[in-house]
Amino acid sequence: MTDSQDRNFKIGNPILEVNNISLSFGGVNAITDTSFNVLEHEVRAIIGPNGAGKSSMLNCINGIYKPQQGSIAFKGNKLSKITPNLIAQMGISRTFQNLALFKRMSAIDNILVGRKLHSKASFFDVAFQLPKARREEKINLKKCEEIVEFLEIEKIKDTPVGKLPYGLQKRVELGRALATEASLLLLDEPMAGMNVEEKREMCRFILEVNEEYGTTMVLIEHDMGVVMDISDRVVVLDYGKIIGDGPPDEVRTNQKVIDAYLGVSHGE
Amino acid sequence: MATTISTYSRNDYINFSVLMVLGFLIIPMTVNSDYWFTSILIPWLCLALATIGQQVIMGYTGQLALGAAGFMAAGAFACFNLILRVDGLPFFGALIISGLIAAAIGIVFGLPSLRIRGIYLMVATLASQFFIIWVIDKFGWFKNYDSSGIITAQDIVIFGRPYTSPVDMYLVILVVVTVMTILAINMARGSTGRNWMAVRDMDVAAESMGVSLLKTKIQAFAISSFFCGVAGALFAFTYLKSLEPVAFDIKLSFKILFMCILGGLGTINGAFIGAGFILLFPVLLNYLGNNVFHGAIDATIISALEQVVFGVLMIVFMIYEPLGMARLWENLKQRFFKKKDK
Repeated sequence: MTDSQDRNFKIGNPILEVNNISLSFGGVNAITDTSFNVLEHEVRAIIGPNGAGKSSMLNCINGIYKPQQGSIAFKGNKLSKITPNLIAQMGISRTFQNLALFKRMSAIDNILVGRKLHSKASFFDVAFQLPKARREEKINLKKCEEIVEFLEIEKIKDTPVGKLPYGLQKRVELGRALATEASLLLLDEPMAGMNVEEKREMCRFILEVNEEYGTTMVLIEHDMGVVMDISDRVVVLDYGKIIGDGPPDEVRTNQKVIDAYLGVSHGE
Repeated sequence: MATTISTYSRNDYINFSVLMVLGFLIIPMTVNSDYWFTSILIPWLCLALATIGQQVIMGYTGQLALGAAGFMAAGAFACFNLILRVDGLPFFGALIISGLIAAAIGIVFGLPSLRIRGIYLMVATLASQFFIIWVIDKFGWFKNYDSSGIITAQDIVIFGRPYTSPVDMYLVILVVVTVMTILAINMARGSTGRNWMAVRDMDVAAESMGVSLLKTKIQAFAISSFFCGVAGALFAFTYLKSLEPVAFDIKLSFKILFMCILGGLGTINGAFIGAGFILLFPVLLNYLGNNVFHGAIDATIISALEQVVFGVLMIVFMIYEPLGMARLWENLKQRFFKKKDK
């Protein structure tokens, strides 16, 4: 699956570079001096035991947390002192670990919010339904209908997402991230709490997006089988430090990684 | 469903046409008592418009703001001064500028929403209520140095023709309310409304999708205040026919808040339903007291009863149907039409 030869989008240069990031909350170090990179068009997994700092890492990239030290560069531009919405404008989108959908809005409306960065009409255009707003709405709706079709959620597109089962909510959230047409997607446990069948479908969607649009993916996942199957390279975090980085096969045989997962004591 | 790209369905157009015929033709032709216009239809439309303003900020954007009456006062006094001091300014022009002035004040008082939320924001926005009234009271210029404290509002003159009879004023208001309601619905259903609701439902996610919290909240405050400002100007010029800051006290703000909640948060038709209910319910109680119980129940008890019923209804709706009466209406309609299909 990781044959780089027959992919539409060949894995290229680093698109995201994380350099010596440190993040702490009070006295607790969530991330300590961590560096890794993500190459263009690859599927990069971040794994690690609970509390290893995986979600904190995504939140740093996304601008929700500000690391105390180190820098993050996206497409060669340093990301510092910026807010999530500026990061979004640069072309990074994400999903959340504990679902952050707009609960009272329908599935299609949720996905339409993802088109925000492609909407230039002001409230004035919208209020008076000027041609600009109408044209834009038409295009956005068409794009979102395509995403709905791709994710196979046509039947529930008009249902308020708060009423949907968990698996479908995860799918809507992926749809919303896709609607942004970001070049880098951060997926925080896209398959958590799903059954095998749902996981398989989610994997298919992720790989298909990567294949078809060349979207670079960074995903956090607990299911080792899934990680080994779909990712090109894996970063392993433990206690906020990187203990392994490389292709799945290499990481799997890394002694430190095995220790972390099997719970060997963390003495020297 | 998949092919309808327009914001409106056929049903919407039918409803709209029915309402327009009812509002512009049937009511003016059939209702011939001034009481209905001056005491029910005119205040209903004005307050419904203010409630739409409250809906924008509270129902759609999820910012607990209290102080709609303050912005109504700002709009009313702005309109009074504009007509007084600017020669040849048409009424509708004055109305729009009044709204814009209220919007500008709304932006200033909306700024705290970037830092605080929930009940604390409510306290902060409450400041606007008292501040605006205080400024109007304090500086005589706003009241044209009138010593009596109550100023008579000027007549509404449009293209040289005065609109002073109840029916005329009703029609003027109806035009304004219709246009502004359409604008509100357009925004609520379009990308503007989606951004508001995204901020309401999950602000972190909204921000990650590129929705600027600053811009969206401030925009919502401005639009909300615009609606309140215009509503206030209409309220003063047609219903009160006078301008006094006391009329726009905190009680009116609460009334609008209740209209918003009872009608259904995040609905435009709920604004009309809620305003209608809160306005008509006391009338109904009085009628019952006089005509069914023949004055057997004391008037003070009736007005106390009114408060009790509102209080209970608020609690019941908050718990069982946060989407308010608009939702009950939808459910009823659905049931009705489904039966019809079979």
